[in-house]
Amino acid sequence: MRPFLLEENALFRGLYCWLGANEGNRGFCTPEGEALARDGLLPLGWEWLAYGAAGLALVLLLVNAFLVLVMLYTYMERRVMARFQARLGPNRVGRFGLLQPVADAIKLLTKEDVAPTGADRWVFNLAPIVMFVPVLLVLAVLPFGRGSFLADLNVGVLYVVAVTTVTTLAVFMAGFASGNRYAMFGAMRAVAQLISYEIPVVLSIVGVLLLARSLSLVEIVEAQRVPFVVVQPLAFFIFLAGSSAELNRTPFDLLEAESEIVAGYHIEYSGMKFGMLFLAEFAAVLTTSGVMATLFLKGWEGPLLPSHLWFLIKVFGLAFLFIWIRATLPRLRIDQVMGFAWKFLLPLSLVNVFVTAAEALAWDWETMTPQQVWAMGGINLLVGMVGVVLFSHLVRRPAPRRAARARAAATAEEGV
Amino acid sequence: MLEDYFRQYGLIALFSGVAVSVPVGMLVLSWLFSLVRVRPRKPDPVKSSLYECGMAPIGGARWTQFNFRYYPYALLFVIFDVETVFLYPWAVRFHQLGLFAFLEMLAFVLVLVVGLVYAWRKRALEWEG
Repeated sequence: MRPFLLEENALFRGLYCWLGANEGNRGFCTPEGEALARDGLLPLGWEWLAYGAAGLALVLLLVNAFLVLVMLYTYMERRVMARFQARLGPNRVGRFGLLQPVADAIKLLTKEDVAPTGADRWVFNLAPIVMFVPVLLVLAVLPFGRGSFLADLNVGVLYVVAVTTVTTLAVFMAGFASGNRYAMFGAMRAVAQLISYEIPVVLSIVGVLLLARSLSLVEIVEAQRVPFVVVQPLAFFIFLAGSSAELNRTPFDLLEAESEIVAGYHIEYSGMKFGMLFLAEFAAVLTTSGVMATLFLKGWEGPLLPSHLWFLIKVFGLAFLFIWIRATLPRLRIDQVMGFAWKFLLPLSLVNVFVTAAEALAWDWETMTPQQVWAMGGINLLVGMVGVVLFSHLVRRPAPRRAARARAAATAEEGV
Repeated sequence: MLEDYFRQYGLIALFSGVAVSVPVGMLVLSWLFSLVRVRPRKPDPVKSSLYECGMAPIGGARWTQFNFRYYPYALLFVIFDVETVFLYPWAVRFHQLGLFAFLEMLAFVLVLVVGLVYAWRKRALEWEG
């Protein structure tokens, strides 16, 4: 069993021992056998308060660092999108436009906040909060570097899946409370789309679990002899496609399709509430990239560079991939989106689960030779490619019968 | 061991508190800005009317009718979501369970896949027709 979790964290240890060092926890604060250097500030029996204070310091550090990263990411998204579209992007505020997110925040804070007359005030104000909280909550279990995580839950993956699902509720709350038809349609689409893509995403993780044999994110990283993307290419593809639908990003951003339902669920939002809905969406890209890096790209591990830096490189690489997808693919129709989830991703993810299970039956992941690992990766890549081609033929269908019939009738009439 | 468990969830509870206070703090900050007149507040009946093509909307939007095609998806979702709940513990302990568990789960999923194929054939996954 792992020793006490936050032991390796210098900040936590220092703060905890400053406040609560005493005879009871000498093994943690001072080496066994040495005299206690100094009693903590708090009396005996108050270690829990020292623990809470040290934990709170870590939490605040983590949340603030994450919010700064999200601001950087919004800048990155706008600059990279601009480059894809052969323009410059924001470059006026600060050097290279780096202060643009700050300017955006100030602008949104000082904008008038209008709520429509028919709105359900409580739910209307609550929706941005409910949208924002789960995105932050995912951070609690993500391992950012060797030995640096807030909590290593033994049900980490389930926690991540459960917490990220709450976003669906927030989108529906926002759409429902606005009392606007466009917002309501956006909310309906959101629920249908988000729950449909939930299933392939969750099923694609099962392939990883079969090999890692644990739900703890730290143990999943440690189980990756090679990054799981090598042996689970199909799962990686499904997770990428499914999560870009979960994040409401462009090939699947039907819930806010500007050309059909104007802006969907956030049509009536203005000022800081609008800003928070958007900030939550950008932040979700980073946390999803973090989860992906942990599950498929070996998390923090990498040669030479420090582990935290490797994690950041992987997260921003994946975020770049999400921006790339957004810049490349056009928006789909709602029936195409739903068909893609149910007729393409779901069967493929089931195939992936059972192919991986059969391989886990034949080979033992922990004692496999490198040749077997590469053979497994090759087989899975082949299965993935054949599956993608096969199922894409299944999904592709001729023009709807009714439309064809109508067209035939029209031409017949013309003939008469 | 058990103490470790409670400590972790304690930290997550702490984290939840901070996570809630961040967006609430943003809203409070925005509200404070309106108190010092940095953020304007000029209510107007036209401004706070619902946005709908420039015309006053007719009838309420909240209990409007919507496409019944959303229902089959919701039903299918419930079925397959329960399946994933079964699959997670199965996947974690699979190396100890062996061939029998593999066949068992295959049979279980095949039953569900029959349902999916049925829905597919009945064109419940299509939008027109």
